[in-house]
Amino acid sequence: MLQFLFRRLIVAFLVAATVMTLAFILTRLSGDLAISIAGPNATAADIEAVRKAYGLDRPVLEQFFDWVGRAMTGDLGNSYFFQTRVSTLIAERMPVTLTLGLTGLSLALLISIPMGILAAVRENTNFDRAVQMIALIGQAMPSFWLGLLLMIVFGLSLGWLPISGTGSWEHFVMPGVVLAFSAVPALTRLTRAGMIQAMASDYIRTARAKGLSRASILLKHALRNAAIPVVAIAAVQLGFMLGGSIVIEQVFALHGVGFLAWESIAKNDFPVVQAVVLVLAVIYVALTMVSDLLNAVLDPRLRA
Amino acid sequence: MSAAVSINAGPRRGWRSAGTWIGAVIVGAALICAIFAPLLVPHDPFAQNLDRRLLVPFWMEGHNPDFILGTDQLGRDYLSRLIWGCRISMLIGVTVTIVSGLIGITIGVLGGFFGGRIDDAVLFAITTRLSIPVVLVALAVVGLLGTSMTLLVLTLGLLLWDRFAVVARSTSMQVRNLDFVAAAWCAGCSRFRVLSREVLPNIASHLVVVATLEVALAILLEATLSFLGLGVPPPLPSWGLMIAEAKDYMFFSPWVIVIPGVALFVLVLGINLLGDGLRDAFGTRSRT
Repeated sequence: MLQFLFRRLIVAFLVAATVMTLAFILTRLSGDLAISIAGPNATAADIEAVRKAYGLDRPVLEQFFDWVGRAMTGDLGNSYFFQTRVSTLIAERMPVTLTLGLTGLSLALLISIPMGILAAVRENTNFDRAVQMIALIGQAMPSFWLGLLLMIVFGLSLGWLPISGTGSWEHFVMPGVVLAFSAVPALTRLTRAGMIQAMASDYIRTARAKGLSRASILLKHALRNAAIPVVAIAAVQLGFMLGGSIVIEQVFALHGVGFLAWESIAKNDFPVVQAVVLVLAVIYVALTMVSDLLNAVLDPRLRA
Repeated sequence: MSAAVSINAGPRRGWRSAGTWIGAVIVGAALICAIFAPLLVPHDPFAQNLDRRLLVPFWMEGHNPDFILGTDQLGRDYLSRLIWGCRISMLIGVTVTIVSGLIGITIGVLGGFFGGRIDDAVLFAITTRLSIPVVLVALAVVGLLGTSMTLLVLTLGLLLWDRFAVVARSTSMQVRNLDFVAAAWCAGCSRFRVLSREVLPNIASHLVVVATLEVALAILLEATLSFLGLGVPPPLPSWGLMIAEAKDYMFFSPWVIVIPGVALFVLVLGINLLGDGLRDAFGTRSRT
């Protein structure tokens, strides 16, 4: 177990280091950063001044190691536009993105686990087919479009929910639903497949033979085994959701990390873009580790 | 209930194949629209006319029979833009899949076939790729380098090879140990020949299924990026861009975002239905 953890930690560290390098290369893709920062009306002297001020006149490798060294200590540099530390900016915006991600994930699990169980129990009935149809629809629905449609229906026509901003919990209902929608297909399919497999196994036959109630068999014996991959994937899904929330934050004007990244891309604010990519990647890597750990904790067979 | 419950079997085949046919019809229609768009458009999709802005579509009062789906905020014929948008979606979907397929299949087959250190490196590449937030990085690249179709295709292609790699890796790992591969080795075939003549043809059906689903994913992502203003450059009528441009009018005339959205939804649904059907037909239900 310890060895397994250790190996995973090393891989996670290497992945983070690679993403860091990629994020750095990403921001240098445009060629001369100083020209982009100084803007279209800048004179040669302005550009030179910008280059000096941001330390862009130094060798690229030096800039890279400087950035890496600072990032290790939590210093992600300063935003060009906001004139504050990037780490502060991200820390300010993170609660909104996390609230959105957790709302989306909880909703997705609340919908897909019961749906998956019922579909598995009633395999090949109309209900099962309907669930699979819903999964297909969820897969094909563009999230930004679903968001706009909900805004028209629930925001404007019915007037039940606010259409943008982050003032109250109501502001997170529509974005959360949209985000959940994107995760429901995968989670439902996984629950359904896991339950079908579990229900066909020997220990379920034994439980039946013992005369246990149907509910007890389903929830205590089958679900426990079917839930292992679902719980593990849920952690990874949260990572995807945090990365994907940029679209939903933009649609609903939620000022989270995704919105910050979108603004910063438009403003050529490279330190912020670079840092958001890095932070989201590190969170994802951490969540996959959590997922592996959950797998090991929930399934004693994997601990051997 | 019998003990052998296959996820694949059973009477679901009936509706599944109906779904496959629906998917095939949608994809076929989209292909025709895409290829013959210049012949099919009733009006010039780029011609603006401020005298006929936001004409309503055929199901509403006071529509103009010349413009079946109405016009947009600049007076451009919506049906023509929709057809042209189909061309753009399909073009991007297919080219992105070609790029990502070339990368993913090469990486995956190398890892699965050779194993060992090479496979470790491949697994690492896949893990790293999965930890990168696709939409954000694609936005950043396009934002830094400027919007163009070529750049968009290359960026998405470089980001979306993971599923190809995962499937190519696991399937070629299975094929590697089969007898006919051993026979080819014994017959003195070169590595390249074993890979190209024995392994690739035997994993091709799995890869076709992945390719179908990847086209759908690429189309959705292109629409998302265009919606955020960093995808297909205007005035090209990408469906995502149409939704973005119409967004300001959606509360007064909801149809302006409903029409391109439905088109996008139906096309992606159709491709996915076709992909699922192919998967069943090939009997290649691997883990997704």
